[in-house]
Amino acid sequence: MYDVTYHRAASVDDAAAKFSAASDGQLLAGGQTLLPTMKHRLAAPSDLIDLRGIADLVGVKVSGRKVTIGAMTTHAAVAENAELAKVCPAIVKLAGGIGDPAVRHQGTIGGSIANNDPAADYPAGLLALAATIHTNRREIAADEFFTGLFSTGLDEGEIITAVSFDAPETCGYAKFPNPASRYAMTGVFVSKGGGAVRVAVTGAGSDGVFRHEGLEQALSKDWSAAAVDGVKISADGLMSDIHCDAAYRANLIRAMAKRAIA
Amino acid sequence: MTEISMTVNGRAARASVPDNTLLVDFLREHLRLTGTHVGCDTSQCGACVVHVNGRAVKSCTMLAASAEGAEVTTIEGLANGELHPMQAAFKENHGLQCGFCTPGMIMSATDMVARYRAAGKELTEEAIRHELEGNICRCTGYHNIVRAIQDGAAKMAAS
Repeated sequence: MYDVTYHRAASVDDAAAKFSAASDGQLLAGGQTLLPTMKHRLAAPSDLIDLRGIADLVGVKVSGRKVTIGAMTTHAAVAENAELAKVCPAIVKLAGGIGDPAVRHQGTIGGSIANNDPAADYPAGLLALAATIHTNRREIAADEFFTGLFSTGLDEGEIITAVSFDAPETCGYAKFPNPASRYAMTGVFVSKGGGAVRVAVTGAGSDGVFRHEGLEQALSKDWSAAAVDGVKISADGLMSDIHCDAAYRANLIRAMAKRAIA
Repeated sequence: MTEISMTVNGRAARASVPDNTLLVDFLREHLRLTGTHVGCDTSQCGACVVHVNGRAVKSCTMLAASAEGAEVTTIEGLANGELHPMQAAFKENHGLQCGFCTPGMIMSATDMVARYRAAGKELTEEAIRHELEGNICRCTGYHNIVRAIQDGAAKMAAS
């Protein structure tokens, strides 16, 4: 790892000020992606601004069906939250399947979505749940937030403070994990609520997480695994890499969508 | 350089370290606690697992500075005059061959036992295998590691 200057932020405003003062600053959340990237010398920020000490950014609030998760809440804390499991079990299951136990004790929801890895789990969940991403400047709808491969609607220096969503009537998540990394080779999150069905796919698209219109239309008419069989799933725009090709991923979308509904 | 202070195995540790110092390097190079191992250095293998504030973390993927004020427990901090029940279980069940992964396995094992106990869940064989996803043994010894953790969990419950 190259030299870096470490700062611990006392508050969100303090983090924003420290970021502005740095020549090439980077916010540090759980560090489970950023630190390995820095160790590989694929990232070399001049300054790291650690958000770990900001208590306001940590915690899960469930009020009726309204869910708010602080940006620095770890995957383990989401996975272990009994109240959240009652209203939205799929997001709890999703968090409990990220990485491994030690990674889940450090990695955070804010860090995950700010990175927007094309094979990460949370982007699929938040997109399918029509979540709102809260920052220190504004609120961003998930549809506008996930803009492509490792890119988001965040402006320079903008800090995610929380995500919120209304727990749907029903939802589900299934992923086919890469056996080594546990990242999704394909993951599908389905949700149904308020008359609308949303289906988000991660790990498969060459431009990151996306909604699948064909599946959404079919499941709007018939919320069943059988309905998935009638949907044409194109391999166009899907990733091919050493793990599998686009056609295989197209089949995984179908298989994971069925498991997510079941 | 950053001034850091934390509690490691019950003792105060204080040092001035380069800002990019990883927790594992602070433990090994500064405190000479070389029981925590660096296996892959890419967050995969779990040989570097220690407890920070009671939770298992990969110490190769955390800055020492981020552990400011934390309670850190390493493999050296488990035994108290005699082997910790989980250490004894690994010994008795042949839960190791070369031993390189063992400190991380044991720190992950005691973490999972504590978490399942706190949640009131049964730590089944299947659960143990799932919980060990972040710990790699390259001597192909998982069966005995799983048996050791089952035995260690029973010993911890009895002690």
